[in-house]
Amino acid sequence: MSLMTTARQLARFTGRTQMLTKCLATKMVHTETQNSATSGGERARFPGAQAAFVDKPLMSLPENSEPIPIYRAMNADGVFEDPAQDPNLSRETVQKMFRDMVLLNTMDKILYESQRQGRISFYMTNFGEEASHIGSAAALSPDDWVYGQYREAGVLVWRGFTISDFINQCYGNREDEGKGRQMPVHYGSKKLNFVTISSPLGTQIPQAVGAAYAFKRQPNNDRCVITYFGEGAASEGDAHAAFNFAATLDCPVILFCRNNGFAISTPSKEQYRGDGIAGRAAGYGIAALRFDGTDIFAVYNATKQAREYVLKHNKPIVLEAMQYRISHHSTSDDSSAYRPAEELEIWNTVEHPISKLKNYMKQRDWFNEEEEEKYVKAIRKQVLAQINQSEKIPKPDWREVFQDVYHEMPTHLKEQMKQMEEHVEKYKEHYPLNDFKN
Amino acid sequence: MSLLKLTGSALAKKTVAPLVIATRASSHFVYTPDAKAPIEGPTKKMNMFQAINNAMDIAMERDNSALVFGEDVAFGGVFRCSMGLQQKYGKERVFNTPLCEQGIAGFAIGVANTGATAIAEMQFADYIFPAFDQIVNEAAKYRYRSGNLFDCGSLTFRAPSGAVGHGACYHSQSPEAYFAHTPGLKVVVPRGPNKAKGLLLACIKEKDPCIVFEPKTLYRAAVEEVPEAPFESPLGKADVLRVGNDMTLIGWGTQIHVLKEVADMAKKEYGVNCEVIDLVSILPWDKETVCNSAKKTGRVLIAHEAPLTCGFGAELAATIQEECFLHLEAPIARVTGWDTPFPHVFEPFYIPDKFRCLAGIKKLIDY
Repeated sequence: MSLMTTARQLARFTGRTQMLTKCLATKMVHTETQNSATSGGERARFPGAQAAFVDKPLMSLPENSEPIPIYRAMNADGVFEDPAQDPNLSRETVQKMFRDMVLLNTMDKILYESQRQGRISFYMTNFGEEASHIGSAAALSPDDWVYGQYREAGVLVWRGFTISDFINQCYGNREDEGKGRQMPVHYGSKKLNFVTISSPLGTQIPQAVGAAYAFKRQPNNDRCVITYFGEGAASEGDAHAAFNFAATLDCPVILFCRNNGFAISTPSKEQYRGDGIAGRAAGYGIAALRFDGTDIFAVYNATKQAREYVLKHNKPIVLEAMQYRISHHSTSDDSSAYRPAEELEIWNTVEHPISKLKNYMKQRDWFNEEEEEKYVKAIRKQVLAQINQSEKIPKPDWREVFQDVYHEMPTHLKEQMKQMEEHVEKYKEHYPLNDFKN
Repeated sequence: MSLLKLTGSALAKKTVAPLVIATRASSHFVYTPDAKAPIEGPTKKMNMFQAINNAMDIAMERDNSALVFGEDVAFGGVFRCSMGLQQKYGKERVFNTPLCEQGIAGFAIGVANTGATAIAEMQFADYIFPAFDQIVNEAAKYRYRSGNLFDCGSLTFRAPSGAVGHGACYHSQSPEAYFAHTPGLKVVVPRGPNKAKGLLLACIKEKDPCIVFEPKTLYRAAVEEVPEAPFESPLGKADVLRVGNDMTLIGWGTQIHVLKEVADMAKKEYGVNCEVIDLVSILPWDKETVCNSAKKTGRVLIAHEAPLTCGFGAELAATIQEECFLHLEAPIARVTGWDTPFPHVFEPFYIPDKFRCLAGIKKLIDY
């Protein structure tokens, strides 16, 4: 009884306060005009949400909200539906975009084959996703830090990672800056501001947020962070952590999702039931932009706009590139086990990012069939030559096993290294010492 | 988890010292301050949370890139360790994060990747496990897997750990052994205010990712004179707190105070002179100090609050056995928590208290 009385008194008090409080009153008017279902215009005072009361239990049904549209700048013929969307990049820039996509595609084909031949242990191709790499990389500053997942090699191509850099990493030879410690395609480059890839999915996303926070604090910061991840990785708890931290801590970070329809064999309809990944952004209070990831200009424009937004406001944004993983997941996967070959056809032809850019270039007479064939041949030759060379380059000193675990090698590791040295000395014929630099 | 956690925090915050005493006849240890201050110069009486606060204050004062963050650190922290820091250094440098340990750890790694200093708090060591992946797969391996191109050496995790009298399953754990199995991390446990200040400052400066497990029962209970100037306690170095010839007692954190008392009891009851070693650093640990003592005394007892099986005592025992085989007069004894979750009302029967340790000593004498 007394509780109820108190509640009623509180309600009356609440009403009076609203009348007196200017900002709350403004919101009340807004509520009344926007939502006829409010109970007497009374505004809720719960700290956890800014919302109006309604007098019926109205469920927010997911099917009632419109999916976020997919921004497309040009169609499959390379024609801008709205000419104002043409970023008017120079011929040189567009040609670099095209050639970088071709380079990645050509290198992928050969390295995929070389894995099939047992020359490297593992590989992951980027087929069908080339435009999302090159288009986004082109819209960033080279000083922006990149945290990737593993299928973003095109970003490195754009920034100047060379064919020899890629192949040396895959071989783990002594030219690999990563010192042969990680599996192939786990690239990293300090000078290109590309943070070394690791296998655990989603872990890089909150890390990118932390890096963006640190950059934000630097005087006159003009550097943002971009983190790439697949739609599968977006199911990890780390993605949730990152979205929420990025929003609450106001971090200039671009959360770039490559939604290619599959996480290994799992189709996206078994990955989530909402409106993709972009559809989650609003729930975190984050801006979102969804676009055609096979349209390099849509990717470029979206990323450019995102970059300006995050740096101007010190806020995050979710980008979602819609595309299709033409690749098998990896060399350990045969995707025909879970999807029909016919489905691939369309993505390999009209909807292919390289063919779309080719169509655009043809219209401007920037495309020369003969020159491009020559280019592809030259790249093929360079990749094959590099494979032969990288294969012969010795692997690092095997003692690198023990280095870099810590900044300085602690006593117990020194002891273990010494033990192994003595063991290898005694049993050297049983170890592949000739493959390693001594 | 969050509800429980808040309850726990509130409990711990308000009741660490007074209620433990009120609800239990006596605490399972008597805090004895360090005999000597670690450096010369003016000192101030501080308890452990004040010493930690002081260390973070110094770190933030001298390094503008240093950030302090975690759950509820802005208003001073549920154990008061970050009191006053936000007022002094601003919301941009001392701030609350959303309630998400994997996020705190991942965020801290990213901050450290850029070279900035990250001092991240896990509210209780019991809740560090959601961040296990970030700590074990990411933080610990960053430098190694990138060939030293990238690292997160400028990060330090602080986590209140250990028994507190009434913490039960999720406010009492001592998870150091999980992390001791992870190359790339440095893990330390202070035994009091001086050690906490020195270790924390060393960890913050250290170029490797560090975890400081702070025995929460000492936050208020441990009071001693602490030098006001900055100083660092070396990582990877054990402290011989009491010299003896008959037996070596090894522990860390709160257990050190149990062992110091046990050493007195053993002297009085059995005339045994115990050498008491605070291991301080779990990873890397000070093999030299431990093995020199074991060789001298020939008898070793290791005590820790964490469960027996695969507890860090197992690593110590195996190494001592390997290095000191010809010197040992008795099997190495381990007195630890039982292989059960940490219980609520049964805490007095769970912890390796002074009587269980004394019984362990008796067995070693009689062997």
